Amino acid sequence: MRFAVIVFPGSNCDEDMYYAVTDQLGETAELVSYTATTLAGFDGVLIPGGFSYGDYLRCGAIARFSPIMPAIIEFANNGGLVLGVCNGFQILTEAGLLPGALRENKTLNFICKDAPLKIENTQTAFTSAYGQNTEIRLPIAHGEGNYYCDEATLAQLKANHQIVFTYQDNPNGSVADIAGITNEAGNVLGMMPHPERAVEWLLGNTDGLPLFESMAAKVRQ
Amino acid sequence: MTELTKSELTPEEIRDQKPYLAWSMTEEEYQRACQILKRLPNYTETGLFAVMWSEHCSYKNSKPVLKQFHTTGKQVLQGPGEGAGIVNIGDGQAVVFKAESHNHPSAVEPYEGAATGVGGIIRDIFSMGAQPIAVLDSLRFGELDNAKTKYLVSQVVKGIADYGNCIGLPTVGGETSFDTTYEGNPLVNAMCVGILDQKDMQVGQAKGFDNSIIYVGAKTGRDGIHGATFASEEFSDDNESDRSAVQVGDPFMEKLLMDACIEVVREHKTALVGIQDMGAAGLVSSSAEMASKAGTGMVLDLDKVPVRESQMTPYEMMLSESQERMLLCVNKGYEQEIFDVFARYNLDAVKIGHVTESKQYRLYHHGQLVTDVPADALASDAPVYHRPKQLPERLKQPKATQFQPDVTDLPAVFYQLLAQPTIASKKSIYETYDTQVRTNTVVKPGSDAAVLRIRGTKKALAMTMDGNARYIYLDPRQGGAIAVSEAARNLVAAGAKPLAMTDCLNYGNPEKPEHFYDLETSGLGLTDACKALDTPVISGNVSLYNETNGQAIYPTPVVGMVGLIKDTKDIQTLAFKNADDLIYLVGTTAASFNGSEIQKMQAGAISGQLFDFDLEVEKANQDLMLKTIQAGLTQSVHDISKGGFLTALAESSFNSKANLGAAIQWSQDLSWLFSETQSRFIVTVAPKDQVAFETAMGTKAQLLGQVLAQPEIQLTHEQATTTIDLTKAKEIWEATIPCLMK
Repeated sequence: MRFAVIVFPGSNCDEDMYYAVTDQLGETAELVSYTATTLAGFDGVLIPGGFSYGDYLRCGAIARFSPIMPAIIEFANNGGLVLGVCNGFQILTEAGLLPGALRENKTLNFICKDAPLKIENTQTAFTSAYGQNTEIRLPIAHGEGNYYCDEATLAQLKANHQIVFTYQDNPNGSVADIAGITNEAGNVLGMMPHPERAVEWLLGNTDGLPLFESMAAKVRQ
Repeated sequence: MTELTKSELTPEEIRDQKPYLAWSMTEEEYQRACQILKRLPNYTETGLFAVMWSEHCSYKNSKPVLKQFHTTGKQVLQGPGEGAGIVNIGDGQAVVFKAESHNHPSAVEPYEGAATGVGGIIRDIFSMGAQPIAVLDSLRFGELDNAKTKYLVSQVVKGIADYGNCIGLPTVGGETSFDTTYEGNPLVNAMCVGILDQKDMQVGQAKGFDNSIIYVGAKTGRDGIHGATFASEEFSDDNESDRSAVQVGDPFMEKLLMDACIEVVREHKTALVGIQDMGAAGLVSSSAEMASKAGTGMVLDLDKVPVRESQMTPYEMMLSESQERMLLCVNKGYEQEIFDVFARYNLDAVKIGHVTESKQYRLYHHGQLVTDVPADALASDAPVYHRPKQLPERLKQPKATQFQPDVTDLPAVFYQLLAQPTIASKKSIYETYDTQVRTNTVVKPGSDAAVLRIRGTKKALAMTMDGNARYIYLDPRQGGAIAVSEAARNLVAAGAKPLAMTDCLNYGNPEKPEHFYDLETSGLGLTDACKALDTPVISGNVSLYNETNGQAIYPTPVVGMVGLIKDTKDIQTLAFKNADDLIYLVGTTAASFNGSEIQKMQAGAISGQLFDFDLEVEKANQDLMLKTIQAGLTQSVHDISKGGFLTALAESSFNSKANLGAAIQWSQDLSWLFSETQSRFIVTVAPKDQVAFETAMGTKAQLLGQVLAQPEIQLTHEQATTTIDLTKAKEIWEATIPCLMK
């Protein structure tokens, strides 16, 4: 399968995402500039972490107006798989593809460490390959990962099983310990933890690999 | 604002009113400038001479010391003198690194001071054509017992975090220590490491007549004017408010600039002649140095310089230290392809001048010639001073006997030691740094050295920043040698062969003979070890005048070192791996307490004659240790440093995944558990490898005990066993800095 890794000015996990799906997963990927206007020919879209537009104004707030966004929204609306990690999650909420918003961590500091997570829904297009394994560790690295939504939205997220990952030890103040959610249709996932940083034994963790394997399996179905 | 826009003094008024004295230019230096020009310099020219001849730009006081450094070796591809040094790591690849201080700006504006320190050192690395891969920092503050120091710590750390995290480079290692001596002069030293294909090596030269000088990156503003001069002055209570000299950083801009410059270096080789960072003394320093190094001259049209504010004077434009700017020399006719690259990154790229044959450095503003000086006069011909030296009072008759610690209640002494901020865990600091971005980090902060793999190869790089100024304060020569040795030992413990080093030389006012003695003598100590360990100096920087109200910091050279791990299978960490592994001490222990952490804790201050240190033993222990690691006979390796054996042992436990402990038989004096004798490692070995390990290490290694499954140290000494609760110890170790910062 062929992944598009979107590169905004200030993206800095784009290469990590690229290498995760090429070197480790063995699929093909292409770095796609924010100036592109089509995603034709791609089977999945990966929006990487970083500081798009320097996080100026608000995380993701400027990126969502960039030329590539209509193509991403169209791709998602057509049922294509879209994964947004960290800044990618922030961009997806700003673009309205996912509900809620990401605020500053309750500690007011950037936090980089391994976070133990619970997989709340193993039936999604992004988690099917985890099987029975519902406790994983993934690195987090963010200053604004404190997920917020109102109570009605939270009730909907729960009712539709859209909450995919929760923190076992909430590091940032997120509502309901939320670390990652999908849209209602289940084809768009936004998450603060970095699965692309956990795909190699050499770097000490492979808990992120099944996420990409799940996506590849879904596309091949 | 009236101050900034008032009309400039005439050359005669400058001669009579002597404004240059306030820019730290001496009368003698002004006269020298007059002689070179054979006329009175105008306002702009006087400013250029003052800043280019400051210690920060010219190294006029430290050059005689730097000349003695050991800078050669078969691994060195580029030694000192360029943006950064370059070392061969085989397969057509090279590692590029340099450390730089940003002490003065960080003292008055810690957030921006630290952030722009990181930004500046990153530019030095990509100006060589390299892709930066990691940042390290060495920080020194006063004691954490006052609001000012807490403010400095939190803002410096935030400045480093925000810059590195945003630009997308992992901050992987370094050190943070605390001592009253740094209360008025915190030290903020940052190091950047990059990787380069040797075919892409660049130099900052402006060669080829008529070739274009192109300015790229951020616009020039009025920030940082005379920053280099400011960095070459002492502090007093009078200049607390000297904030105009501090620059403001924009890591987003630098990310774009970095990516664009690397693209130019890799893909536009025919177009590019030279590239240089606009760092200290901004436009004048980068352009004059590029011309001087190439033996050329330059003409710049200042009306073309992208500016943030209108009506900036030539003086302000040339001396501004606005961040995120680079200067390129491009072959005539190839300008457009360079402009196109930067346009794609939405960055300014403007031709502001060209290279000339005349060796003169000429600036035009509004059509008028405003500067006409020899390029060499600003750069290579800056004055050099051979300062007088004098043995400092404190070194005249040091007490020869070693301090004797009181360890009557051993666990209590140990818990207290773990609560010393210099010993305590720095997790609360490094957890605010992105340590993994770019997904190369194999060993994260908290071990002896950080390790990053080189993608696509079996190789990895180990890197560290280290230095112990207390030893140097007590014995500059030996302390200098220890600083280099300890950095190398950190790398060996990670499984790396040390390659070369960079340094930040942080000292007091060199015009005071006692301080110059410290600078020169510790420099000789560094050299002793560089030669013995084959770790030449390939880059570095000097920060003098670290004094407040006449009181200087400890002489503090900080060593940044990089080593090569040939195969990632050799990577070692300090963490215990398995219960029942055997614990060995490599090296011998003596009563080494003068200058130690425990002396400071129990006596309140360090004093006396430094303990013995033997470079030959150091070299032998490192070589043997590395060979044994490469033979695959070790499970964990940890360098013993501040706090001694017991602290190192506890660190290996604290970092173990399964909360392992240790049972130790200690036959020497109990207080020696805290001795800081150099050249030692704690090593664990799987029982199946016992014979092979003991054969390999011979008498160098001594079996002391084994790893325990539970988190405690059982210490047996003369038939009595003391138990230290490592759960409690770890709590103290981790909680100390967060508690003190509240």
